[in-house]
Amino acid sequence: MNQIDSTRLQQGSGPLAGARLEDLIACPSCDALYLARMPAMGERAVCADCHEVLIAPRAKAGIRILMLTLAMLILVTAALFFPFLSISAAGLGNRASLLDVALSFQSSHMVALALMTAAMIVIVPLLRMLLIFYTLLPVVFDRQPFSQARRAFRWSNALKPWAMAEIFALGCAVALVKVADLAQIGFGPAFWMFSILVLIAILNDSYLCSWSVWKSLEKAPR
Amino acid sequence: MEIARKGPSLTARAAGLVACRTCARVWPAGTPRCGRCGAHLQSRDTASLQKVWAWWLAGVMAYIPANLYPMLVTDTLVEHHASTIVGGAVEIAHHGSYGIAAIILIASVLIPMGKFIAIAYLALSARHGSRVRPGRRHHLYEVVEFIGRWSMIDVFVVAILSALVQLSSVAQITPGPAALTFAASVIFTMLSAQSFDSRLIWDRDRADERRPST
Repeated sequence: MNQIDSTRLQQGSGPLAGARLEDLIACPSCDALYLARMPAMGERAVCADCHEVLIAPRAKAGIRILMLTLAMLILVTAALFFPFLSISAAGLGNRASLLDVALSFQSSHMVALALMTAAMIVIVPLLRMLLIFYTLLPVVFDRQPFSQARRAFRWSNALKPWAMAEIFALGCAVALVKVADLAQIGFGPAFWMFSILVLIAILNDSYLCSWSVWKSLEKAPR
Repeated sequence: MEIARKGPSLTARAAGLVACRTCARVWPAGTPRCGRCGAHLQSRDTASLQKVWAWWLAGVMAYIPANLYPMLVTDTLVEHHASTIVGGAVEIAHHGSYGIAAIILIASVLIPMGKFIAIAYLALSARHGSRVRPGRRHHLYEVVEFIGRWSMIDVFVVAILSALVQLSSVAQITPGPAALTFAASVIFTMLSAQSFDSRLIWDRDRADERRPST
């Protein structure tokens, strides 16, 4: 981890020593104030007090994020309809797609839970992909950002903790063991699509430097 | 590698500025909305602790029935069986899958309990101060934020099982009432952690540092 590429303004060095406000960056977690300086590609600027990553630019991040997001959109759509897991016991069998899983609580009058599960494993991740795509598409091709780009990116950030695809993937492993003695379980094609999707999502997040995105959205029309 | 610190850090608030928590841009104190990303600006969320405690209480309250009522109801040819969170984990351990039993116990008992204690401690120490360095407490906060979502794993397991195990009379799994209250507890606790303004951890100590020592 490379430390600090932004200069700390010490007290007594005058009222910000004439620095322009747009050149400053404040740590969102602890309010420490720095002079923002772009670190080299692949390096990270980290807050000296709380170690929050402030800036982390990656080479060709924009186009990579767009491509990975496109791949994820295709995968998630396909994964919705193919069988996810299959089960067989005593000559009887059943297959469940992701959609079935998301809506499984419906049967027992637990509609709130069904909606919530569907949201966390499918809708929110999908929505985030679309929002990021909408935000970055014009920026990557050096065009003017779309007019709602700021709102889109803000929402995408706010939704991040509620996208729980990777937790769901681990849940599958636990579920398998739980019914192992009850019936035989097999993976459907959608399971593998979903696993790849989770890996891409983690990779994608490592490319996304929100400070760089906000910087590039500054020229958006209001 | 740590940077050498010559003095107390200058915060945006001490410099007469207000920081945007969404995009890290600073504005003169009193600016209502960030001109770059459009987020609401507030130097310190004054109602933060109130919100934290309200969601915290809701989370604790939902966590009690989550442990008393069955999470999973299994109907097979020979038996009707309802298991609670802890009971389910114990059964799995009896079958020999100690790893999975450990995952369930950690995700549904240890993590929620730990989170309740950690959030309560952070909120109390933000108000009354603490001997633990703010850096350590901030680290604790990050752990709480990161780990909280993982408690949902048990709810997802129930969802997967009840979608999959529908073999008419041979075997059928349906979610119990605890699935709902447990999910609610996790969500409330996540909201409680999100309402906490982590800048409050640092304010008291930074103010102490600036006071001339005699």
